Amino acid sequence: MEKVKAKIDYNNPVITIRDLYKSFGDMKVLQGIDLDLYQGENLVVLGRSGTGKSVLIKIISGMLRADSGDVSVLGHDMNTIREKDLQELRIRIGFSFQASALYDSMTVRQNLEFPLVRNRKGMTRKEIDTATESVLDAVGLLHTINQMPVELSGGQRKRVGIARTLILNPEIMLYDEPTAGLDPITCIEINDLINEVQQRFNTSSIIITHDLTCAKSTGDRIAMLLDGKFEHVGTFNEVFDTDDKRVKPFFEYNFVE
Amino acid sequence: MDTTESTVAPLKKNRSPFLRRLANFFAEMAKINSFIYRFFKEAFMPPYEFKEVMRQCYETGVRSFTLITLTGFIVGFIFTKQSRPSLANFGATSWLPSLVSIAILRALAPLVTALIASGKVGSSIGAELGSMRVTEQIDAMEVSGTKPFKYLVCTRVLATTIVIPILATYTAFIALLGGYLNVSGNEGTSYRAYMEAVFEPITFLDFESSLIKSIVFGFTIGIVGCYQGYYSNKGTEGVGKAANGAVVTAMFLVFIEEMIIVQLTGWFR
Repeated sequence: MEKVKAKIDYNNPVITIRDLYKSFGDMKVLQGIDLDLYQGENLVVLGRSGTGKSVLIKIISGMLRADSGDVSVLGHDMNTIREKDLQELRIRIGFSFQASALYDSMTVRQNLEFPLVRNRKGMTRKEIDTATESVLDAVGLLHTINQMPVELSGGQRKRVGIARTLILNPEIMLYDEPTAGLDPITCIEINDLINEVQQRFNTSSIIITHDLTCAKSTGDRIAMLLDGKFEHVGTFNEVFDTDDKRVKPFFEYNFVE
Repeated sequence: MDTTESTVAPLKKNRSPFLRRLANFFAEMAKINSFIYRFFKEAFMPPYEFKEVMRQCYETGVRSFTLITLTGFIVGFIFTKQSRPSLANFGATSWLPSLVSIAILRALAPLVTALIASGKVGSSIGAELGSMRVTEQIDAMEVSGTKPFKYLVCTRVLATTIVIPILATYTAFIALLGGYLNVSGNEGTSYRAYMEAVFEPITFLDFESSLIKSIVFGFTIGIVGCYQGYYSNKGTEGVGKAANGAVVTAMFLVFIEEMIIVQLTGWFR
């Protein structure tokens, strides 16, 4: 499916990062990250494995703290945010995990209801059912509602994982390697779903990947993470129209449609 | 912020291994204390997870029920059988029910229940939470604005604290039944006469200390299992370590607590 041009508000950044540093012991992971994510935009963060892409979105979601630098998410300073405000902010951020992270002991329905009943108080049983079925229908998996996660395929698990975050109507979506470990056809379906989520739910997204097909088909902008910094930021063609020896092999060894 | 990052400053490499171990030990103790403090802080604050506590109580009870029934019966039967020759030497086999009841109610029932539960429930909690940590399910709960500590840890610790005393009472009953089978087989004592002899030496303090012990054991098994699982890492290896650590640590602590409580209750006798 061809990506529809998104309505991006370049005057309204939802995430702003300045001079971000993060290390684990002696290992320096992020070394001076600057980033803006605008309202309605899909930003793809590309980079080799172990370059700190996932660390970046864990800092954005408040799972990790930065060593230094400014991180502002939906107007909240992540360095000084209080626990209570962080809880409320997290409801506005959807996080799709690389391995889906579905709750093994719950059915698909219970997986979706879990964040809903705990964050939207006073909902009736009927409202909960309607919300669950509607979001599951949006990802095309209504028929799996009573299945256990173990009964789903890799692609279905990814979709249910995305549905579980969409049920809270997030303003920002963070996708961690959404197409990792999937076959090419399922990858295309997931890429289409990411675009559909952007259009239908009006989300701003950061998509962490090393899959160039995913990057090209979902990203309004690409940011290339090299040596702990964003070295090349722009459209897909702008990023790869370069002589940088660290970028070229990345392009040459990937399949791009 | 509920991160998996260590809050303890990394140790300098030039420190001696002994100092490093000592510092790590105290760092671990501080982490455990803050884990227990967090339990008390969150468990009794709304919103409450009643439904999940009930589910965990059921799981805890069901998981151990068969094994506890068998073990309790065997312990009662064997203890009676092994004690008979010593009492027979003094012609005091009529004291057997009293001896059995004191041993079972004061020590064996809570201890056997706690050891069985450490193996069955503690390991299961450690492995379950460890696996959830490794597969990012705990992170997923955290980023969706829910409180994984309250849902996963508080509910399980409350469940073991509630259910272990109930199981210990049941174990005592089954063990006394095992003792009765042996006594009636050898001396032909009636059930009523046996039960009267069983309860004759028992005081309120025996019930009280047994109950307190079981509550402490239940809390220990729950908190140790949850701690090991909640902070497990290193992938699948970490899950195995969490399960193993939950059993070994809980069993060790149960014996230590048994010793302390016996000493304390001894002062009131």
